[in-house]
Amino acid sequence: MSATAPPVPRLHIVTGKGGTGKTTVAAALALALAGPGRRVLLAEVEGRQGIAPLFDAAPLPYAERHLAAGLDGGEVFGQAVDADEALLDYLDMFYKLGSAGRALRKFGAIDFATTIAPGLRDILLTGKIKEAVSRTEAGRMAYDAVVLDAPPTGRVVKFLNVTVESGRLAKTGPIGKHSRSVARLLHSSLTAVHLVTTPAAMPVQETLDAHRDLLAADLPVGHVVLNKVAGTKTVDVTAEQLREGLRRTGLPSDDGLVDALLDEYAASRVETEAVDAYRDRLERLGRPIDELALLPEGVDLSGLYQLARALRTSLGETRRAAAEPEGDDHGE
Amino acid sequence: MASDLELDTLLSDEGKRVIACCGSGGVGKTTTAAALALRAAERHGRRTVVLTIDPAHRLAQSLGMEALDNTPRPVDGLEGGSLDAMMLDMKRTFDDVVASHTTPDRAAEIFANPFYQAVSSTFSGTQEYMAMEKLGQLRASGRWDLIVLDTPPSRSALDFLDAPARLARFLDGRIIRLLSASTPGSRRSMLSLMGASAAVFTRVFNKILGGHLLTDVAEFTASLEDTFGGFRKRAEATFRALQGDQTSFLVVATPEPAAINEAVYFSRRLTEERMPLDGMILNRLTPVGASLPAERALGAAAALEEDDPDSPVAAALRTHADLARRRASEQRVAARYGAACPDIPQAWLPTLGAEVVDLEGLRDFGATAAGAAAAA
Repeated sequence: MSATAPPVPRLHIVTGKGGTGKTTVAAALALALAGPGRRVLLAEVEGRQGIAPLFDAAPLPYAERHLAAGLDGGEVFGQAVDADEALLDYLDMFYKLGSAGRALRKFGAIDFATTIAPGLRDILLTGKIKEAVSRTEAGRMAYDAVVLDAPPTGRVVKFLNVTVESGRLAKTGPIGKHSRSVARLLHSSLTAVHLVTTPAAMPVQETLDAHRDLLAADLPVGHVVLNKVAGTKTVDVTAEQLREGLRRTGLPSDDGLVDALLDEYAASRVETEAVDAYRDRLERLGRPIDELALLPEGVDLSGLYQLARALRTSLGETRRAAAEPEGDDHGE
Repeated sequence: MASDLELDTLLSDEGKRVIACCGSGGVGKTTTAAALALRAAERHGRRTVVLTIDPAHRLAQSLGMEALDNTPRPVDGLEGGSLDAMMLDMKRTFDDVVASHTTPDRAAEIFANPFYQAVSSTFSGTQEYMAMEKLGQLRASGRWDLIVLDTPPSRSALDFLDAPARLARFLDGRIIRLLSASTPGSRRSMLSLMGASAAVFTRVFNKILGGHLLTDVAEFTASLEDTFGGFRKRAEATFRALQGDQTSFLVVATPEPAAINEAVYFSRRLTEERMPLDGMILNRLTPVGASLPAERALGAAAALEEDDPDSPVAAALRTHADLARRRASEQRVAARYGAACPDIPQAWLPTLGAEVVDLEGLRDFGATAAGAAAAA
């Protein structure tokens, strides 16, 4: 490790409660990190194929594949990591299995091993991610950053806490060594776990809980992303003003419409005030908060780039610092 | 609005004994299940129990209860009727099943096995399996007219249907059988049966998993043999019961592409399996009150802002335009469900003003859901 500033995170782990848009945020973050000349890997591990539709792309394979152009000329690669494939890879690496590996799979042994030892599955998945983070090609890092669309907040600490979860597995031998090196990366400042939430009670509560659990497990928390924020100006408007304004612009100005518009406006002001309250609660965590606007039309490809630009602005500092590759070996 | 699902008819139908709310994570299954159960109890006088599986204690919050344990507890503050609520404790349910199927000595042996501890607490599929088991127990007790089931927070709604069978298959699979047939230390029987792959398997996996794990598994399966038969039969019986007319499946979704796709997959699957799918509940539509096209509102706002950039009327109009555009986009997404599953009645529900955290909120939710078809 260099003795100067702490290294900028190169592994970005994105988690959040179901429905908060963590996959969308992970994808936007990958685009944002892929500045000029940079290569970013965007990976998912739950077999959901949630990334491909966001990019209007075919389902992602196990092998890394070019996915999209990043902001300002970088490149984003995509990958769907699968535990069974990762175990075969792993066996092949350490035991030179060749075709015997395929026979094992046919026999159901691969499935069996990852089923009787759920901790093994997580080690294989995080191990594959770690490999991508630390891989070098032609004297430089293969990826400037890796973004992981991780399991939701309820499961993420268990997923990342590989050394604890592997307690039942062999402590000596390659898997023990492997899990320790994965754990070193995940607990280092090269990693940042970002928490995605929407401005609503349960997602915010889960974010606070996850933050506490991550700290307790000594895992590095990065940013909090407050997603789907509906913006409203908070100025007072009266029925008379509204009626007059509608009339002046040639719109219908009957009482029904005026009342309905007032109701909508009042409701969305309540919502905005609620957002402020949630933001206050999240700010007490002391983490940077990135805010992403709710896109009225839903998130299509252009919306995704719009979110990426918003994230890049708030990640500005990180991004500039990361443009100078660190010379350390992160734990190997 | 495409609402044609008559929820009150469903909730008051005395022939229906089980209503299962299914859907992907984060769509409001738990709230929906609790609200329907409350309405069945209060409005239709049915002795109802709601079984939730979600470990986030959301139903506990919704019902204003401090803690839910593995037995149904009466809900306080009802406006008539009888409602119990419970939260599945999968470990305890598993322990109970083991205890009721074997001698105390054997049970103690099983509980002490590290592999059993893993299976009963972290195994993927155990939650779904135990939900089926608990559902079977509640049905068998005869204490309730109606059981409303909230399904586990899995990544896919299909897991609820598939996981129990997968777990049963796994526990009954050939590797497990071979392991339990061979005593630890002498693997000759495995070798002869499984051939060269098995040799690689035991050598490599003992290194990776640690020799003790395979031993634990072998001992576990040997001592559980009789209990397994019970599990499998019970899970199968419960699954078959779900196919009958006494059951009603409701698929829950939100107007987002992933949730709608999941709802479509799930509905197709239920239809294939001849499971009684009675409706789709679409939660969290953006509420829009004013019937003014977004484009006209935006045009007027721009005109007003020429005179006064901070025009409050323009702010109100822009708010309306945002809501209307959000709603239109949601309806486009939600319409996919109707196109893919034209025969399934739907109830479209707007987001209610405040989040549902108490009985009053659940009551409003239930009334809105039941009234959706009438309002359409």
